[in-house]
Amino acid sequence: MRKTFLICRRELGVLFGGPLAWVLAAVFVLLTGYFFYSDLVFFVLFGGASLPAGLWRFVFLDYRLVALLVLPLLSMRLLAEERRLGTLELLWTYPVRDREVLAGKFVAALVVYLVLLLGTATGPAVLYMLHPFAPAPVLAGYVGLVLLGAAFLACGTAASAVTENQVVAAMLTYGVLVFCWFVSWNEAAVGETVAPVLLQLSLFDHFYGFAQGVIDSRDVVYLVAFTTLFLFLAARALESRAWRGVI
Amino acid sequence: MIVAEHLTKRFGARTAVDRVSFTVERGEVVGFLGPNGAGKTTTIRLLAGVFPPSSGRALIDGLDVATRPLAARRRLGYAPERPALHREMTVAAFLEFAAGMKDVAGARERAAAAGTAMERTGLREVAGERIGQLSKGYHQRVGLAQALIGDPPVLLLDEPTGGLDPAHSVETRRLIRTLGDAHAILVSSHALAEVEGLCDRVVILHGGRVLAADRPADLAARLRRTSCLDVEAAAPADALMATLAAVPGVRHVDLLARSNGQARCRVEAEPGADVRARVAADVTAHGWGLLGLAPVEASLEEAFLALVAPAEGR
Repeated sequence: MRKTFLICRRELGVLFGGPLAWVLAAVFVLLTGYFFYSDLVFFVLFGGASLPAGLWRFVFLDYRLVALLVLPLLSMRLLAEERRLGTLELLWTYPVRDREVLAGKFVAALVVYLVLLLGTATGPAVLYMLHPFAPAPVLAGYVGLVLLGAAFLACGTAASAVTENQVVAAMLTYGVLVFCWFVSWNEAAVGETVAPVLLQLSLFDHFYGFAQGVIDSRDVVYLVAFTTLFLFLAARALESRAWRGVI
Repeated sequence: MIVAEHLTKRFGARTAVDRVSFTVERGEVVGFLGPNGAGKTTTIRLLAGVFPPSSGRALIDGLDVATRPLAARRRLGYAPERPALHREMTVAAFLEFAAGMKDVAGARERAAAAGTAMERTGLREVAGERIGQLSKGYHQRVGLAQALIGDPPVLLLDEPTGGLDPAHSVETRRLIRTLGDAHAILVSSHALAEVEGLCDRVVILHGGRVLAADRPADLAARLRRTSCLDVEAAAPADALMATLAAVPGVRHVDLLARSNGQARCRVEAEPGADVRARVAADVTAHGWGLLGLAPVEASLEEAFLALVAPAEGR
């Protein structure tokens, strides 16, 4: 646990020591801010009486897209960069477990994401001060964003563990995530029997409930399972040095 | 302390290390020699637990690196040939991080461990500088410093003086020699002269296999192809050369220098033949003054070439 914390702290230092995290944070906050403003204007003009259905739903679905755009760029360097530089070699000679390394890096990326999410809370907070509203649907939306973001980052960590090229890692992550989004779109392409199964597997379908202010345990279990699966795959990718002979 | 037991590592169809066996005891500095691509770095990485062997065992202080990796790694310090370091971190921050990874508990203790390592490797004055701004020689020293953190009983040093200027190279060798009294140290190098002065024993690797393992002087003596003498006499050079060439057991004579009625020759004798007494007798029999007669010590370099050249011809 202590080593996970130390690796996480070092990772955060490295992330914020370079420009990438700052640029990603700026893009994330600007885009989510614009989406919030745009959705709010839309709600005021056409939204009707229900905030969850008329505003929050759109806000969180838009935030989800920004997360899809930004998080693969945050996770792409986690292990690929260390592989490219060769810094993993020293780490493997310290008394530290692969899972501690993986957890430290994943948690660091998650911490950055949580800070970014905190930045997006400004809009709702200002709105609350001007016009108090029921906070539960908003909290549900944020819980969904945290779980969905963790799933994105886990997928990105696994992609980053199989290559030393950051662009390849980012593209792999986009490929998997976008496929998990589109997989349930066209029933005609897969047939009536397969479509419901794909719907259950679709990453983004499990977010709609949160966006509408509903926390469904099935969605929580799915997103946690998705995250665990990809972290498991990342661990296997790190272990592959045993037979690949590359660090 | 360090035991390589039939260590073998295959990468696909290629065998990088082939049944390599040797030991290093506490209080010993062992040199690991071999031409480029001999398998030195792969063997050291196997011992350091970077990846497991295809077969055979690597033991650190009696612990199998593959089956008890964490316990074994607690007892070793590894300095890679080209240490890849986080360029954004300062030297002190990196060494404190390394101390944390090596189970040094408490921020103050980690800072103290980093301080000791910096002191030993001459990094004090660059403690607060970012690693990316430092020269290659400093990177090498940071690599060595992190290996020393926690004072592990086993040190695996891959080309520790590569990239260092002569002054720091001498300093590093002195440090290794001092550490050698209480540690088991394996030092890989391609600088034979360096190893000859530094190491108690050498292991010569070629094509992934151990060709020889012995004390440098013994290895050199065992493998010298000829025994040589330098003879200096107050005599005409041509006559001296003819006399020396006529001594039974002498294979070849070279003139090294001549001046003012004196000459110095190198006499190459058959392996095992001791021609010193006969040379002295024949020179003095001619009434020449014998000014010097000294056996030429075979160098580790000669031994290395004697081993590696035939192996390359195979």
